[in-house]
Amino acid sequence: VGSAIRAKLEQALSPQVLELRNESSGHAVPPGSETHFRVAVVSSRFEGLNPLQRHRLVHAALAEELAGPVHALAIQARTPAQWRDNPNLDIMVTRYRRPCQVNKHLLSA
Amino acid sequence: MSGSLGRASAALLHLGRGVLLRGPALRTRSSGPGGSGLASREHLDALVKKDKVVVFLKGTPQQPQCGFSNAVVQILRLHGVTSYAAYDVLEDPDLRQGIKDYSNWPTIPQVYLNGEFVGGCDILLQMHQNGDLVEELKKLGIRSALLDANTDQDSK
Repeated sequence: VGSAIRAKLEQALSPQVLELRNESSGHAVPPGSETHFRVAVVSSRFEGLNPLQRHRLVHAALAEELAGPVHALAIQARTPAQWRDNPNLDIMVTRYRRPCQVNKHLLSA
Repeated sequence: MSGSLGRASAALLHLGRGVLLRGPALRTRSSGPGGSGLASREHLDALVKKDKVVVFLKGTPQQPQCGFSNAVVQILRLHGVTSYAAYDVLEDPDLRQGIKDYSNWPTIPQVYLNGEFVGGCDILLQMHQNGDLVEELKKLGIRSALLDANTDQDSK
């Protein structure tokens, strides 16, 4: 799943920076799961787009994954200029002890 | 409008289940027990416009069932926004799928300000960090509590 996400984002957005993190282990899912991801994308395609539109581009590229195995996707979308201003990726901790019912609803994301 | 009002209205809408159901178009991927008028576009449209601040969560503000939903609740709390309508999508699979179709957004939580879809957890967090949220709340006539806590504002 992770490699598919990477490949599709590469293809759709030609990112300068693409960082993908599988954060599934922080959630109540079986070991080795690929359900919760965080992605940081730096791409010139985001120029002139508001955050909502940027996220929609990422969602569109990953429609298949989001409709299937991927339960949660945190997105940071920056333009190259924004990346130069702040070349750090946020790592917001979303680990959460409560089960987020991923097992039950795995197929309905 | 109080949070309890929001919940009361959510309950009212539950009573109206099925009344506004227009067809299966919005419910192709869910077959919740009994169907639900909450999933119709008209109904969701009314729902998100009924209160100034509307959120769709996994769980409740008191007991979020997911880290992202929890983050949304905490951000609103930081800004002193206590009166908002919160709907728990785990209560209703039709609502869960319906709101995703309505906003064309694949994940929960979802935040609506003044009837307009704002985004999910990441975007709300970003708006919180860059000050946009304070401005957007001001447009709704809500004064962010962070404006009053000017000493240690947003130390995150």
